[in-house]
Amino acid sequence: MIGAGMTRFMHRALETPKELAWHAANAALASSQLKLKQIDCVVLGTAPDAFDGVHMKSEYLADGCGGRGKPFLRCYVGGGTGVYAVAQAYFQVASGMFDTALVVCEEKMSSCQPHPQAAFLTIFDPITEQPLKPNLLWIFALEQTRYMETYGITIEEIARVAVKNKRNALNHPAAQLAAELTVEDVLGSEIMAWPVHRLMVSPTSDGAAAIVIAAEEVARRVSDKPIWIQGIGWSLDSAYWTNRDLAYPEYVEKAAWMAYDMAGVKEPRKEIHFAEPYDPFAYKELHHLEGLQLAPKGQAPRLLADGVFERDGDLPVTPSGGLLGVGNPIAAAGMMKICELFWQTRGEAGKRQLPGKPERGVAQAWGDLMQVGTVVVMGTKKPD
Amino acid sequence: MKPSARIEDHRTWPGAIPITSTYTAGVAGQIFFDALKQSGKLIATRCRPCKQVYLPARLFCERCLDALTEQVEIKPTGRLISYTLCQVDRDRRPLRRPQALALVQLDGANTVLLHYLLDVTRPEQISIGARVEVVIKPKRRRIGSILDIEGFRLVHDPEFSSKRTPRRKGR
Amino acid sequence: MNDKYAGTPLGERELNRGKIFVNSYTPKLHYQWDTGEGIGRYLGELKRGRLIARRCDGCQRILIPPRMFCERCFRPTDEWIYVNDTGKVLTFSLCYVTWNVRRLKQPLIPAVIEIDGASAGMGILHLLKKVPPKKVRVGMRVRAVWRPPAERRGSITDILYWRPATEERE
Repeated sequence: MIGAGMTRFMHRALETPKELAWHAANAALASSQLKLKQIDCVVLGTAPDAFDGVHMKSEYLADGCGGRGKPFLRCYVGGGTGVYAVAQAYFQVASGMFDTALVVCEEKMSSCQPHPQAAFLTIFDPITEQPLKPNLLWIFALEQTRYMETYGITIEEIARVAVKNKRNALNHPAAQLAAELTVEDVLGSEIMAWPVHRLMVSPTSDGAAAIVIAAEEVARRVSDKPIWIQGIGWSLDSAYWTNRDLAYPEYVEKAAWMAYDMAGVKEPRKEIHFAEPYDPFAYKELHHLEGLQLAPKGQAPRLLADGVFERDGDLPVTPSGGLLGVGNPIAAAGMMKICELFWQTRGEAGKRQLPGKPERGVAQAWGDLMQVGTVVVMGTKKPD
Repeated sequence: MKPSARIEDHRTWPGAIPITSTYTAGVAGQIFFDALKQSGKLIATRCRPCKQVYLPARLFCERCLDALTEQVEIKPTGRLISYTLCQVDRDRRPLRRPQALALVQLDGANTVLLHYLLDVTRPEQISIGARVEVVIKPKRRRIGSILDIEGFRLVHDPEFSSKRTPRRKGR
Repeated sequence: MNDKYAGTPLGERELNRGKIFVNSYTPKLHYQWDTGEGIGRYLGELKRGRLIARRCDGCQRILIPPRMFCERCFRPTDEWIYVNDTGKVLTFSLCYVTWNVRRLKQPLIPAVIEIDGASAGMGILHLLKKVPPKKVRVGMRVRAVWRPPAERRGSITDILYWRPATEERE
């Protein structure tokens, strides 16, 4: 990876989706010091067309991503897209067919009225579930209850994630909802769907993020600090979400081991220096950390309480501020985490820079109906 | 798999996705629609290296990804690139009167604009290459929308008519 | 604020001042979903006041909602099996907002209910009622409350809701 860039994440942007995508693509190109004509192919990750309200959304966005006249690929796995797009772009280059790839993720959720949820509703089975008039919050609340019940986790332990991430986001200039909060503030916020409180939910957002990846020879020529994609993994679980135990994300574990095996990581807890798990809801970060093998089952809350996951802790988690603090423009959110891995390992994360020299990080994104895990391991050392 | 013997069990389930999409014009769109609304002007942006003039104004050049800052005012005259006469509406119901639409390249722009073609109901009235003018609504009826443009209207161009090979009678 | 990251946030004030040009479009997105054989039968049995599942002899699972092929074994499922209209709460929530963020005074109580007679962990999504929200527990035994036969139409809502079962578990 030789370049990264993103826009601010906003509740509602003036920019059209194309303009948002362009800002991110341009920033990534500038950061990579490549010109558009040196980009061999373009990969676009963007979530349902229904959000932006444009049919064939990625084809529409291609103009803003340098995709005009170039080989072009769209990928989409719900929220997992931002990390999945890196895997797709990896193949483009690793196959030898292309030397460079520009990877862009964009979402403009504010177009979807009266609320982006309207587009989400058909994630529930139209015949066996929608007649119950479900709410997207239900699946998260139901999963959170199961997680808490199975391991005896308290609501205070969950609230700490929101406190940490929103505080971390205070140092992210692009953040939408950075704040200095206490656990009491979080628990004092209105209950949306118990046990989910409003301050435990990431916002809907408009935004875009992008990266540039290049084959080794090109990377070495152009960049003095290329960051290596050491491992990629992804796994999809069944859409019969009520037929499986929601307490543990198997799909994240499978994706994680796929990436760790490729990266030669045998003891993730020791060999991963920092992590950016997907945090659309506060409990999800803990849930995903366990799937990522970075905490034993049910133990992530305790490690958080012990300070292990703080910026100055043993294993910093979500130093970017995450979805809770920076924002959640579906596909772009995962890509924002990839950008964070890039900046942290290059020492370019500004006020968010982690102490020491973090050499290897893992980013993970999640999506669909409690279904998909997408994982990327990146670091300063070239994998063997 | 054997088909179910219970025919009455097979059925369909109706539903809908209830969304309304609201679109912002965007940064460049604000420039274009503001000029159209306030002054009835058509503003494009130019990319000098790529030799392209984009109408409506765009924030960036899709060919080189540069930011576009140079604005160009485009005159409301141009050339018909293509057209159609539509006989049915979106739901395939017949229209009472055919709707004429045109793709027009305005003088000085590289892009092509789609809009209604006014006062045309029969194909014999139209030819590719014909000169058109843009008809813009009076200021009091403009709101900052593409419909602030009424449409295109064919203009009489003696030079064009004389060069044309007549291929239909009764123009 | 900062010029490192591009983007022009719009607040309600900007939008209401009428200077931002906005267009709206409501597409007609209407669907007729085919139920397929498995769910077609499921709905038919719901109308008759019964829950039905399918068994896969490959993995020995009894599957609800029923499906004509097993997604694990990737082979056709083998037999229709009636299951009970009682079960156990696997997880639940107390929902105080509608999908378009209107507040509710009384919470809806969605739950995943493990169905007696189906395989362990085999749950369906439904709603709980007639139980004080604070008394709902994971592991609680519940039973279905059905619509009167004449009002059923072959829908998951032919079960109105699930309520705590008073019988002890065997």
